[in-house]
Amino acid sequence: MPSVPYVPEADAGGESSFVVELDQFSGPLDLLLTLIREEQVEITDIPIARICEQFLARIHSLGLGQAADYLEMAARLLRIKVQMLLPRHGDDETWDDPRAELVRRLLEYQQVREVVDVLEHRGEERRSRFARGYLPVDPVTPPESPLSLSLPELLAAVDRVLRLLREPDVHDIVPRALDVEGAIATIRAVLAMRVSARWRDVVALGAEPWEVLSALLGLLELARRGELRLRQQRPFADVEISRDAASEAA
Amino acid sequence: MWRSPVTPLAKLLEAALFASGRPVPLDELYGLDSESSPAAFAMALDEIRECYDNQGHGVELVELGGGWQVLTRPEFTETIERAQLASRPQRLSSAALETLAIVAYRQPIARADIEEIRGVSVGGMLKTLLERGLIDVVGRAEGLGRPLLYGTTPAFLEQFALRHLGELPRADELAVALRAEPRPL
Repeated sequence: MPSVPYVPEADAGGESSFVVELDQFSGPLDLLLTLIREEQVEITDIPIARICEQFLARIHSLGLGQAADYLEMAARLLRIKVQMLLPRHGDDETWDDPRAELVRRLLEYQQVREVVDVLEHRGEERRSRFARGYLPVDPVTPPESPLSLSLPELLAAVDRVLRLLREPDVHDIVPRALDVEGAIATIRAVLAMRVSARWRDVVALGAEPWEVLSALLGLLELARRGELRLRQQRPFADVEISRDAASEAA
Repeated sequence: MWRSPVTPLAKLLEAALFASGRPVPLDELYGLDSESSPAAFAMALDEIRECYDNQGHGVELVELGGGWQVLTRPEFTETIERAQLASRPQRLSSAALETLAIVAYRQPIARADIEEIRGVSVGGMLKTLLERGLIDVVGRAEGLGRPLLYGTTPAFLEQFALRHLGELPRADELAVALRAEPRPL
């Protein structure tokens, strides 16, 4: 991809192509309003072709960093221009002026500019007066009163703390791999002898969590493979395990 | 003839306004003296203002930012700043003022709606205004993405010498127009 954006030749008026006017306009609507004012035309009846042309000429001399917003507006203007050129069907009363949305935005923006003028004026008035240079300080927490305590007392306290630390309550977490294969072997062994079994037949009563999990995964795996069926009448009821009739027939 | 504020209430108010760096709202001033009526407070404030205005003081009493504040008179600003005793806040750019104006009239307003009106992206601008304490996040909109909603702060009123938002020009008419739905022309 080319890293240098396309910059049109600025032959018009002999201007250089990199005149950066970042701060001259606060946005495409500002530029548009300026052009409309310069051309002394009505906002509600913009000669779109002329304004569009001028807009394009003007943004060529704008700073590239801001150009995206302006390019979007340029595209919008071109579209309106094209729409204006299309032949109108039907009578004029049903014709939707393609400029309507732009006009609405311009009027709205013009009001914003009016408010900006007021804010500018009032802000300047306030800026020209100083208030007391007082900065509220964060409330300071009162310093702790000095401890009335003898050295032996302090040492005894330290000793107590250290004694407590001597037996740290630390758990060793030992990774325990699940033994799904082992569980599967157990389940197969049980089912080899019986047509159906129950959860308790494959998991011993005092089983460790990892054994329970292994058995569960083993059962699910075998059910998936079609070697057995699992059934549970209601939540938390005993799980009934039975040989799969289909696989048995096979 | 020298005549300072004489009523005890006026003196108390003068001291309180001096002590506070920010505009003090009336209801906070009322807390200074529960014995006095609002009318007495109004008279005391008048007394201070007249005293400052008519007896050659370098400060004046102004009502702004939703409260009362003692400020230096504008004619001394240049000199004070030149002597580096105090400095004026930076002047806001036209783009910043546009954004502020839109937030002020349309608050609570989401970023996309500001961009729609201004025709430019305003992400960086909102950050600057947030940092300067002129706007704040006041909530989240319903709807997709629950965008943040912005509103103006008391510091905004203070910096623009406004008592309340209603003091903005033709607030009602403009706000209605700014809110108007697109309609065929």
